Amino acid sequence: MNKVVSMKEAIGESLRDGDSLVIEGFTHLICFAAAHEIIRQQKKNLTLARLTPDLVYDQIIEAGLCKKLIFSWAGNPGVGSLHALRRRVEAKYLEGGAEKLDLEEYSHYGMVSRLLAGSSGLPFWPLKSYLGTHIPQENDTIKHIVCPYTGEKMATVPALNPDLCIMHVQRADKRGNAQVWGLLGTQKESAFASKKVIIVAEEIVSEETIRRDPNRTVIPEFKVDHVVHEPWGCHPSYAQGYYDRDNDFYIKWDEISRDPKTYADFLGEFVHGCKNHSEYMKKMGKGLMDKLKAEDQFCEGVNYGY
Amino acid sequence: MDIKPSEKMVCRAAKELHDGDVVFVGIGMPNVACNLARYTHAPNLFMIYESGAVGTRPDRLPVSIGDPALVTDSASICSVADIFQNYLQRGNIAVGFLGGAQIDRFGNLNSTVIGSDYDKPKVRLPGSGGACEIAIHSKKILIVMKMSPKSFVDRCDFITSPGRRFFQEKRGPSFGAGPEKIITDLGVLGFDAEDEMILEEIYEGVKVEDVQAACGWKLKIAPQLKTLPAPSKKEIDLLRNQLDPQGLYI
Repeated sequence: MNKVVSMKEAIGESLRDGDSLVIEGFTHLICFAAAHEIIRQQKKNLTLARLTPDLVYDQIIEAGLCKKLIFSWAGNPGVGSLHALRRRVEAKYLEGGAEKLDLEEYSHYGMVSRLLAGSSGLPFWPLKSYLGTHIPQENDTIKHIVCPYTGEKMATVPALNPDLCIMHVQRADKRGNAQVWGLLGTQKESAFASKKVIIVAEEIVSEETIRRDPNRTVIPEFKVDHVVHEPWGCHPSYAQGYYDRDNDFYIKWDEISRDPKTYADFLGEFVHGCKNHSEYMKKMGKGLMDKLKAEDQFCEGVNYGY
Repeated sequence: MDIKPSEKMVCRAAKELHDGDVVFVGIGMPNVACNLARYTHAPNLFMIYESGAVGTRPDRLPVSIGDPALVTDSASICSVADIFQNYLQRGNIAVGFLGGAQIDRFGNLNSTVIGSDYDKPKVRLPGSGGACEIAIHSKKILIVMKMSPKSFVDRCDFITSPGRRFFQEKRGPSFGAGPEKIITDLGVLGFDAEDEMILEEIYEGVKVEDVQAACGWKLKIAPQLKTLPAPSKKEIDLLRNQLDPQGLYI
């Protein structure tokens, strides 16, 4: 069954106003192409979940499409702040009339545990965390139980089952069998936890290629609703073996996003001003792609025979 | 030779690491300190990042904890769930590094909000990330932070990661001992029997008054205060020419 569609079709068909959404990827494989299409299609009142909202969610927040953020670390990694988010939560902006963004905040392990519960069909997940901190005081979904075996007090968080998971991968077949290597994030947990899954792939490969290396398949076809072919779909994030993280962009972003005017100019030119992601990459320039293209480092294969 | 405070901090932090230690590394000065230790006295330091990179050998200075250079040539790559469960919660991390916007005398750290109202903060900081679990589960915690009255405060506006006192009642295979040393730009602080911070070492040329002036509470001073020697030429050469040649973090 061929599930390959354009990004425009995938987002148009699978995401509705008011949905909860997780765009996967921990530093690696963050699908900016999908976020930009969501902004172009103006999908509203979204509940966005991710460990690290990163620039990818900050842009959706700035576009006014996010009503609630579920997260555990909201910064520009290695650089500093997420400015759209700060403008929606800090006192001086709220006093100036900014609409408060609803935050539901965890630690990383709290977010991971929500997805683990969601992906395992359990109502909650226990974790030895939060004791001695103020985090549970500000988030009443974090509760505590006494272990029935040891009597130990531990924290619990509820299952997270997003309406849609968008997961970028290095390669997939047309049926949706999706393979990832390098950093795995919480991709498996998010995909199994979510009601629908869009796979976005750097390369569409034959089913035979996938089946020759089944250990690398993170999500099998039956969990996947749409497959989108989107080379360079993660820029300024990266895809191991394909292209490097555009660290200069992340640094430059601090200046762009600090001022709502330059932020709007960026979204105008690089999101609304592009029909799709390949137009975005064309605007970014061939020189940039040459600079970021990964150097090869292949591994020796393994023997799957019997 | 003019040595920067950050260079002193990195060199001192490296000395806390032992060959073979399994260390949970953050970006910035802790990352440089770990690599300095690896290039000098601890060649078998086993470095783990919360992104899932385990036993890393990066050939460039990583600028994020998920840098692709951490993946290439690493010993293992695992999911973020595995990092928090198998490595941290199971008690497999010997040393964890932390920092924050605020720290109090017991080593409680704040990296969440500045201001007393969480819902309307003066400054919104990134939040815990893995800090809360790193603090709870690492066998010992090293804190690397520059000192100022704004950051060394009488009371944290928010506790993101628990300090030393929490661990008095929490001994067990998956709980560590909490913060052990605070390595600053003026000196090094440890903890006394009441689990309160105490100044143990100062760098050459720094006076006790300077340290007190940079601290938001009346600081306890160890009876045998040590003076730290300046970093060696070899250490400085490594830092400037090999480990952070662009001066990104030092």
